Amino acid sequence: MPQLNFIQAINTALAEEMERDPLTFLMGEDVVLGAFGATKGLIDKFGDKRVRNTPISEAGFVGAAVGAAMAGTRPICEVEFASFFYCAFDQVCNQAAKLRYMSGGQARLPITFRAVFGAMGGAAAQHSETVYAQFLSVPGLKLVVPSGPSDMKGLLKSAIRDDNPVIVFEHGALGRLKEEVPAGDHLVPLGKAAIKRAGDDVTVVAIGAMVPKAMKVADKLAKDKVSVEVLDPRTLIPLDEEAILSSVGKTNRIVIADEGHLRGGAAADIAAIVAEKAFDSLDAPVKRVASLDVPIPFSPPLERAAVADEARIEAAIREVLGS
Amino acid sequence: MALERDKHTAQRALLTLHEAQLLELYRRMVLIRQFEEKTAEMYARGKITGFCHLYAGEEAVAVGAIYALYDKDYVVSTYREHGHCLAKGADPKVVMAELFGKVTGISKGRGGSMHLFDQDLRFMGGYAIVGGGLPIATGLGLSVQYNEGPEVVCCFFGDGALPQGAFHESLNMASLWKLPVVFVCENNFYGMGTLVQNAICQEELYRFAQPYKMPGVRVDGMDVLEVYGATMEAVARAREGDGPSLIEAVTYRFRGHSMSDPVEYRSKREERIWQERDPIKNLRRKLTVERHVAEGRLGEIEAEVARQIDDAVKFADESPEPSVEELGKGVYAGS
Ligand SMILES: Cc1ncc(C[n+]2csc(CCOP(=O)(O)OP(=O)(O)O)c2C)c(N)n1
Ligand SMILES: [Mg+2]
Repeated sequence: MPQLNFIQAINTALAEEMERDPLTFLMGEDVVLGAFGATKGLIDKFGDKRVRNTPISEAGFVGAAVGAAMAGTRPICEVEFASFFYCAFDQVCNQAAKLRYMSGGQARLPITFRAVFGAMGGAAAQHSETVYAQFLSVPGLKLVVPSGPSDMKGLLKSAIRDDNPVIVFEHGALGRLKEEVPAGDHLVPLGKAAIKRAGDDVTVVAIGAMVPKAMKVADKLAKDKVSVEVLDPRTLIPLDEEAILSSVGKTNRIVIADEGHLRGGAAADIAAIVAEKAFDSLDAPVKRVASLDVPIPFSPPLERAAVADEARIEAAIREVLGS
Repeated sequence: MALERDKHTAQRALLTLHEAQLLELYRRMVLIRQFEEKTAEMYARGKITGFCHLYAGEEAVAVGAIYALYDKDYVVSTYREHGHCLAKGADPKVVMAELFGKVTGISKGRGGSMHLFDQDLRFMGGYAIVGGGLPIATGLGLSVQYNEGPEVVCCFFGDGALPQGAFHESLNMASLWKLPVVFVCENNFYGMGTLVQNAICQEELYRFAQPYKMPGVRVDGMDVLEVYGATMEAVARAREGDGPSLIEAVTYRFRGHSMSDPVEYRSKREERIWQERDPIKNLRRKLTVERHVAEGRLGEIEAEVARQIDDAVKFADESPEPSVEELGKGVYAGS
């Protein structure tokens, strides 16, 4: 199996899916040059009809992707930084998410959006936000948050083949993380969580970049004979509730780690589900580890303090274990 | 033709401005250039991290336009705003400290390179969302009009912002309501790696003024006097209540888009052609040849600025980091 980093996994998935389906095409700012690496070189394979640079017009080109999908193509639309979705909120939330339902199921919307999110070191408030929670209460969208190269490839390929608008959120700090990625048709279904590490004492539901952090904490705590189960939901919509509930059923304790803000975040959403459906199996209150409710600051020490980290995951685990 | 007329205003400025004023223009451009060079050095040494976009090459635009303003006038900029902020009068110490992420920085270390802000200087921010500053500038103008104030708003943005709806919506409102805003488009031909003609169907950007019923001019953004002359006219119009204008300043960024840009999309030859049109050398030539300013006088200015920049770095380096206890402060008014 080839060793790929996160960015190479994206590039491979895009190339394979574009090879497979001539109706797919790529659009976004500077995708031809592919300065961030994810789309680099695709222009040479697929030409400028299928790798299209857009102006800096998020509302315009995101909406154009919606229209293009409705007329029979399968656009893969890059929105660079996920914070720029705010410029295209109407097109994503009012149009893409609702059109199929509003049209009585007629409109077809096979669109994949890709965007980089998260604190990545000094990118400051308008480039560092974790924005998927803002889409959680918009029925009609699917939300994907891969935590490593192998899932990245498999989930992105499934997203591209899905007939719904899917947003794939790529954490900006995971770029260099390398692992073995299956070659060829490696598909990870949307809506299926992964147990990244099995354990008995506590379940840590970790999202995106929190997964490698939770794994490190689990390694560390194993030395103290604490057995941590790390569960990566991989997609937030659809959400694999069953996997989460059955893990909590086994460990009776849960910590949810997410880089989004505490209020109204993905962790809050999952916590509510667990409290509602697994209250009886809980031996301790549900604990969330999330970023503080401040815009992500520029200053490196402030940024580190604002964003959920390993120390806070560890403290939360110790708290629910009463240790 | 816009270009011809502005060559005349530039020539007039060269002949009518006092020597002290011309030297001040020179000083501000040198300040920005040296500041940016030092910033690059500090970035390479790891003193500055994160996203950082330098303004070297474009100094004449910020300096020329802002010199046409009064202190009380407002300025709005982009993420490439070190130059505008310094030209508006910010102390290089607090700007450098912000880049270092220090609590003594102009935004207390919360904003960084892309989000300089100084309420007292009426430097109303660097905006990292392309096009994000234009509606803000329009709103500042609305407030000035509401209060029947004498101020003018000067809004800088790149060629990359023109395809944004926010550009068109802002120009429409500003014109409709006759707001005192001067829109200054810095056309440096690229938005990241995309050439302006690959992003905008009308690459003569000043022509966007016409559908919005405001004056539009294209000026040589490598000539500080030309930018100054055109902005003087636009400012006078805004101040008299006759509404907004659009100035397209044609310029060039000497460095990459950001500190991490390997600049794969343009040729060395193209870069050399523009470096020959360096706005600082341009003014230096005019000052020495046409106004007979002694080379030595300009050298003194450069040396003085160099000392100022060294002081700024020392200040930034020695300043403390923001305290983590204060992390949550300032999210809401009264906190
Ligand atoms: C809404 C939005 N989309 C995309 C970006 C990413 N981006 C940052 S700068 C830039 C290019 C802007 O070019 P231009 O306006 O010409 O300014 P310049 O960098 O040339 O000064 C892009 C695409 C962004 N910051 N905001
Ligand atoms: Mg530009």
